[in-house]
Amino acid sequence: MNNKDLLNLIDITVSFEGFLALNKLNLNLKKGELRAVIGPNGAGKTTFLDVITGKVKPTNGEVIFKGKSLVGRKEHKIARLGVGRKFQSPRIFENLTVKENLEISVTTPKSPLNLINKSIKDEQLNEIDRLMKIVNLAQKVDSKAGSLSHGQKQWLEIAMLVGQKPDLMLVDEPVAGLTDEETDLTADLLKSFSGENTVVVIDHDMEFIRRLDSNVSVLNQGTVLCEGTMETIQKDKKVIDVYLGRPED
Amino acid sequence: MSLSKIKFDKKIVLSFWIILIALIIAAPTLLPVFRLNLLGRYLSLSIVALGVDLIWGYTGLLSLGQGIFFALGGYCAAMYLQITSSSEFPNNIPEFFALYGVEKLPFFWEPFRSPVFTFFAIWIIPALVAGLIGFLVFRNRIKGVYFSILTQASLLVFFNFFNGQQKLINGTNGLKTDVTQLFGQMVGSESMQRIFFWITAILVIAAWFFAKWVVKGRFGNILIGIRDDEPRVRFTGYNPVIFKTIIFSIAGGLAGISGALYTVQSGIVSPQFMTVPFSIEMVIWVAVGGRGTLLGAILGAVFINYAKSLVSEALPASWMFIQGGLFILVVTALPEGVLGWIQGDGPRNLLQRFGLKRKIETYPSLEVNNKEGNNE
Repeated sequence: MNNKDLLNLIDITVSFEGFLALNKLNLNLKKGELRAVIGPNGAGKTTFLDVITGKVKPTNGEVIFKGKSLVGRKEHKIARLGVGRKFQSPRIFENLTVKENLEISVTTPKSPLNLINKSIKDEQLNEIDRLMKIVNLAQKVDSKAGSLSHGQKQWLEIAMLVGQKPDLMLVDEPVAGLTDEETDLTADLLKSFSGENTVVVIDHDMEFIRRLDSNVSVLNQGTVLCEGTMETIQKDKKVIDVYLGRPED
Repeated sequence: MSLSKIKFDKKIVLSFWIILIALIIAAPTLLPVFRLNLLGRYLSLSIVALGVDLIWGYTGLLSLGQGIFFALGGYCAAMYLQITSSSEFPNNIPEFFALYGVEKLPFFWEPFRSPVFTFFAIWIIPALVAGLIGFLVFRNRIKGVYFSILTQASLLVFFNFFNGQQKLINGTNGLKTDVTQLFGQMVGSESMQRIFFWITAILVIAAWFFAKWVVKGRFGNILIGIRDDEPRVRFTGYNPVIFKTIIFSIAGGLAGISGALYTVQSGIVSPQFMTVPFSIEMVIWVAVGGRGTLLGAILGAVFINYAKSLVSEALPASWMFIQGGLFILVVTALPEGVLGWIQGDGPRNLLQRFGLKRKIETYPSLEVNNKEGNNE
C-alpha cells in the first residue's frame, strides 16, 4: 500500500453460507490506471465489484478508497465518494429518454430538494451534450432509452457512468453482445478514460482485453492468481491451466 | 408513447379549461342536491387516488393502507366540528362523551378547538404518520409484496384501535359532522354542501397541478427510476429511502385532505374508512383510470364511484361483481388503464384490427420518425 494507490483491497473474504466467493483477495489500483480483470465463470469477478460498491459486505478484510474505508458504507454514499459502476447487462432507465437518463447521472447534489426546486445547471447541460457526442447518441436525445439498440444501451450506460465523474470506474462486461466494430470502439473509449480516471474492466473476451493493452489481473476461485501484462499472464503456467488452456466458451 | 408526445392544440387546452370551470360553477344549479353531493364526495376521493398514483404509478409502491391517512384527515376535521359545536351539551364537550360517562375532554382534543391548527392538522398529521411508517419500512429495504402486506397490516392495526376507543373518539360509531355548525351554519345544510362542492373542485385541480409539479423534471424521473430499477438509482448516488419517504408522505397528506373533504360531505367519519376493501378500491380506481397518468386517477375515482352508485340504485348487490370484472378486464386487457391505453397506441391498434386504419411501417426507425405526425 502506498499513497499513490487509489484503491486497496486487503484480504477480502466473502462467504455465502460457507461458500467462499472471494478468498483473501488482495488487489491494489494506482491512480489513473486501466486494469482488466479476467477469470473463469464463478471466479468471483462480479462479487469483487459488489464488495467495492457496497452491495455485498465482506465477511473479512478491508477496502480502502482514497484513504477511507468503504466497508459498511451504503451504496449511494460510496457512489458519491467517487465509485461508478456499469452493470453486466445494460441497466438504464428504459422509460426515460436518453437525455433524462444522463440528467440523472450528471446532477449534483443528488438531494431531493435540489431536484424538485432547481432546474438543471447550464454546465450540466453542456456536459450532457458532450457525453452524447462521445457515445454517438446526439440524434437520440429525446428517444426513450428502451427503444435503443443493445449496443447503444451499453454506450448510454457508459456515458452515464462518465457523467457521474467517478474517480474509479468499474465496468462489468461492456462488450457482451456487441459487434466487432462496436467492441473496438468501446475499447478505445475506455482507454481514453484512463489517465484521468481509474478504470477497472471485467470481461471474458480475450481479444477485447488484448486491445485494452493494460495490466491484467486473473481471478480464480475468489483470489488473484496472477497479475501482469497480457504477455506475462499468457505464459503463466497456472493461468494456462485454469483459464486460457480451456476452449473458449 | 407518453402524454408528453401528444401535442395538444393550445386552443383545445383553453376551451377544455373554460368548459371545466363553467361546469364546476354551474354544477350546483344543474344537478339536484343529492347528485351534487355525490359528485362532491367522489371528487374528494380523486385526491386520495392522486396520491396512490404518485406512490404506485410513479414510484412502484403498492400501498394497501391509504385508508389510514384518509381516515386521519377525516377525524381531524370531524373533531374540530364536534368540539366547536358542543356548547349546549353537558360539560361543553361533544354529546357522545356523556354516553360513556366521560366528563373531561381527552387531552388530544384540545388543540382541535383552533381552526388554524385543524387546517394544518388535516394534511400534516397524515403526512407525518405516513412519513414515519414509510421511513421505517423503506430504511429496512422492505419492498414489493412485503410492503403491500405491511401497509395492509398497519391499516388493520389502526382500524382496530379506532374501532375500540369509545371513550376517546366514539369507537365504531364514528363522529358525525352533518349536524355540527361551521361559521354559524349547519354543515349538512344545502348552502354549506354547495360551498364544500366548490372547495373540493378547486382542491382537486390544485392537487392535480401539485402532483404534476412533483413528477415533472428530475425528481419525477428519479421516482420512475426507483420504480424500474432501484439498485441502479442507488449506485448512481441517490438515496432512494429519502425519495420514497417524501413521496409516501405527500400521498399521505393528499389522503388526509381527501378524507376531510369526504367526511364533511358524507356527514360522518368512522372506522369504516379504514376497512381493507376500501383501501383496495382506491388502488382499483387508479388501475382502471391509468397508472402513472394522474388524470387517469382522478377520472377513475370519479367514474367508478359514480357507476357504483348508479348500478347500486338499479341492481343492488351486483356492483361487487361488476367492479371485480372491471378489475380483471383492466389487468388482462388494459394493463396501462383506460387513459394509458388511449394515450398509447391502443385506439389505433384496435382500428387496425378491424381493418379501419392502415398499418404503419414496423421498422423501428421509421416508426420513430413517423410518430410526430401520424395522428391522421
